[in-house]
Amino acid sequence: MTTSISRRTFLKVTGLTIAVSVTPSGFILMNASAQKAGSFKPNVWFEITPDNKITITLGIAEMGQGSSTGLPMIIADELEADWKQVRIQQGPASPAFKNPVFDDQITVGSASVRGFYEPLRKAGASGRAMLIKAAAQTWKVPEDECKASMSTVKHVKSGRTLTYGQLCLKAAKLEIPKDPPLKKESEFKYIGKPMPRVDIPEKVAGKAVYGLDVNVPDMLYAVIARPPAYGAKPVSYDQKAAEGVKGVRTTFPTPQGIFVCAESLDAAWKGREALKVKWDQGTHPDMNTNSIEKHFMEGLDKPGGIAKNVGDVKKALSGASKKVEATYFLPFVAHATMEPMNCTAHVQKDRCDIWAPTQAQILAQIFASQVSGLPMDKIDIHTTYLGCGLGRRGSFPDFIIEPVIASKAVGKPVKVVWSREEDIKYDFYRAATCQRIEAGLDSQGRVVGWSHKVACSSILKFLNPEWIQNGIDFFSLWGIVDAPMPPVYSHTVYEFPNFYVEQYLSDLPIPVCPWRSVQNAPNAFVMECFMDEVAHAAGKDPVEFRMHLLNNNMRARRVLQTAAEKAGWGKPLPKGKGRGIAQHACFGSYVAQVADVSVNEKDGSVKVDRIVAAIDCGTAVNPDSVVAQIEGSVVEGLSTTLKEQVEFANGGVKSANFDDYKIIRMSEIPPIEVHIVKSNEKIGGVGEPGVTPTAPAVANAFFNATGVRIRRIPLTPKIVMDALKKA
Amino acid sequence: MISLHVNGKVYPVDVSKDTPLLWVLRDTLNLKGTKYSCGIGECGSCTVHINGKAMRSCTISVGEVQGKKITTIEGLPENHPVKKAWIKEQVVQCGYCQPGVIMQVSALISQKPALNADQVIAKMDDVICRCGTYPRIKKGIKTAIEMTKKEVKKS
Repeated sequence: MTTSISRRTFLKVTGLTIAVSVTPSGFILMNASAQKAGSFKPNVWFEITPDNKITITLGIAEMGQGSSTGLPMIIADELEADWKQVRIQQGPASPAFKNPVFDDQITVGSASVRGFYEPLRKAGASGRAMLIKAAAQTWKVPEDECKASMSTVKHVKSGRTLTYGQLCLKAAKLEIPKDPPLKKESEFKYIGKPMPRVDIPEKVAGKAVYGLDVNVPDMLYAVIARPPAYGAKPVSYDQKAAEGVKGVRTTFPTPQGIFVCAESLDAAWKGREALKVKWDQGTHPDMNTNSIEKHFMEGLDKPGGIAKNVGDVKKALSGASKKVEATYFLPFVAHATMEPMNCTAHVQKDRCDIWAPTQAQILAQIFASQVSGLPMDKIDIHTTYLGCGLGRRGSFPDFIIEPVIASKAVGKPVKVVWSREEDIKYDFYRAATCQRIEAGLDSQGRVVGWSHKVACSSILKFLNPEWIQNGIDFFSLWGIVDAPMPPVYSHTVYEFPNFYVEQYLSDLPIPVCPWRSVQNAPNAFVMECFMDEVAHAAGKDPVEFRMHLLNNNMRARRVLQTAAEKAGWGKPLPKGKGRGIAQHACFGSYVAQVADVSVNEKDGSVKVDRIVAAIDCGTAVNPDSVVAQIEGSVVEGLSTTLKEQVEFANGGVKSANFDDYKIIRMSEIPPIEVHIVKSNEKIGGVGEPGVTPTAPAVANAFFNATGVRIRRIPLTPKIVMDALKKA
Repeated sequence: MISLHVNGKVYPVDVSKDTPLLWVLRDTLNLKGTKYSCGIGECGSCTVHINGKAMRSCTISVGEVQGKKITTIEGLPENHPVKKAWIKEQVVQCGYCQPGVIMQVSALISQKPALNADQVIAKMDDVICRCGTYPRIKKGIKTAIEMTKKEVKKS
């Protein structure tokens, strides 16, 4: 998996190579030996060689989500390959590796397995058909008398066999079938079975190479003295002292900060300290945690763009027999991937090599090309393993640009390393948001109007400002309303006869980007907590109330019902304990979770006792990976529910490391049950949806335990005590 | 010159005594399995064994560990019960924290008198996993302890 091959070598054909070229509009299968060099632009390909090996090359990044196992399983199953003979390698950065869902080489949006499912099945099936045909021709028997299994074709009547290795050269000369027959689901050998992940053994051995582990001969290390406040500029610094530190080669100022290049990381850090930079106060010297919350709260009363306007919500609300109104707030949250941001680059006269733990290779190429002045095709991206991504490594590639700047300046390969403090302080955070909803109910307790104001940071402002249309950032609204951009952005499940959504975009300088599920998790918190409030106001059971609203949505109903049943919904709980539910749909999958909590009303501590999760992701290619992803999502969801909040002071970020930016630890994790709903629906993503229902399920359980609503996270003892006292 | 005993070998290293052990292991001895994540001993990604005890190599200077027995993830045998259990239970996701987690668990399960699974789990708040593999780490600990018991019985 660590082998990264260059664009230039992948055209060498030494066996049967089948390539898949996928675009959002469809896909093409190719027999590589029939292609002329240059016209060959596959996303994924596999090669069967005479040594009986099957090598699958992928363009996706492996950051723990398991796609490097899931995608090969799909090919191997249809190919009737022996899994033991399958090897997987990482492809180079190339337009060839675009993800069909996004039309870009990027591993985001829980899109890897679902984007490639059908094309890879067809590719595997083509290979199988060609190998069978080659065997039938060799034996001069009809093809339907031959059967493929475990990388071998057998002539059933005579018992003769030939291995795929023996057949591959002959098969390579055949034409690729246009529409090869697929296996029946009942015949699947790997798809739907729990398969051990291919990347785990080398990770357990400590041999997996992450970005920070990259070693390039003659490499220097660089660190950057960065401004402590947004927009701050250096007033003075001691260049001489820094360059006098043993091992420091040079220092130079850039818009990012002051670079210190040295022979070792330790020397670079010591050099940075010796700089003793004095900074001015920046552009927002009075900004702090409290002022930020106030800013978003005030945003609710400022005019915004209208994202949805169905019916006449004003009329519906004024005629409603009951009204419910509530305001929610969610703070900025850091990605805090365990591997801090880092990247290594070597800029030479005619080429640039980049070793990066990145989710977005093409984006990296674009920016590296701009900074180095070299054309795109002279930039080679070598993707390493990622010490987690969570979206941080798929957005603006600041951490990739930096070593390119440094290497260009010093003429040597340079690795730029961020300390944990930098990683937390200079993150592109999960967007903070303040939201106010007003809902009206008729006399039967049905929702007749829903008016929703969102004040939030704009994700697209930092990702792709051109996509902001009429003042609406659909990334920041994801999970509340459907975006106009198909196919991935449309999943909201609730519809109301009168439905109004307005969005005010904050102008704070704090950068944001997608954070596992983009903005679905914060938005699901607001939607599902408020839905609970509305159900309560209507005097209905929260499950029953949602089931009624989701009458036309079988997938959402099924996950809701599964989670409720498995959790024993409706059974009484002891005093001080509560049970809550939430559901959400995104990235083509449907999820619901039930949380059981205990609340200590004396000290404000909240203990989560159990999470029961249900997911409908269509075909679960590797069910064990699906379970692992949901478990991980729930843990991360709990971390944001109970712990995480970035603190600000004096116009910059105050939080710095894991001692003041708390992440959930093992003793705080309850048993997590995951139920995969059996489904023949279209395949959906599994990396992100699971994070969305956790926080609202816990907050709803908190209400069930105490009778008090907390309309914000994290549920720290202080916030809990404040809410209990106010009630 | 400092002399370091790592994974059964002795390495002379020419670094200043106050350099954190982590960076000497990684960048001087090229043992990259031990990971940097926080640098203040909060997350456990850099955990190694010093004389058999799990310690955070980011907050220990090389000067302090001269002459002591240091074991890193690379020095833990491939057939070690914790490594085997981690594969059996498919614990790992991104895997970046796992060398540290494995070193933490392997030190705890070799303590005398032996700890049971709950006692080991109770000492796991020293490590952070951002992918949220905690439920599987718990399973891995139980399996590793069972495997260790079986090995003791066999021998």
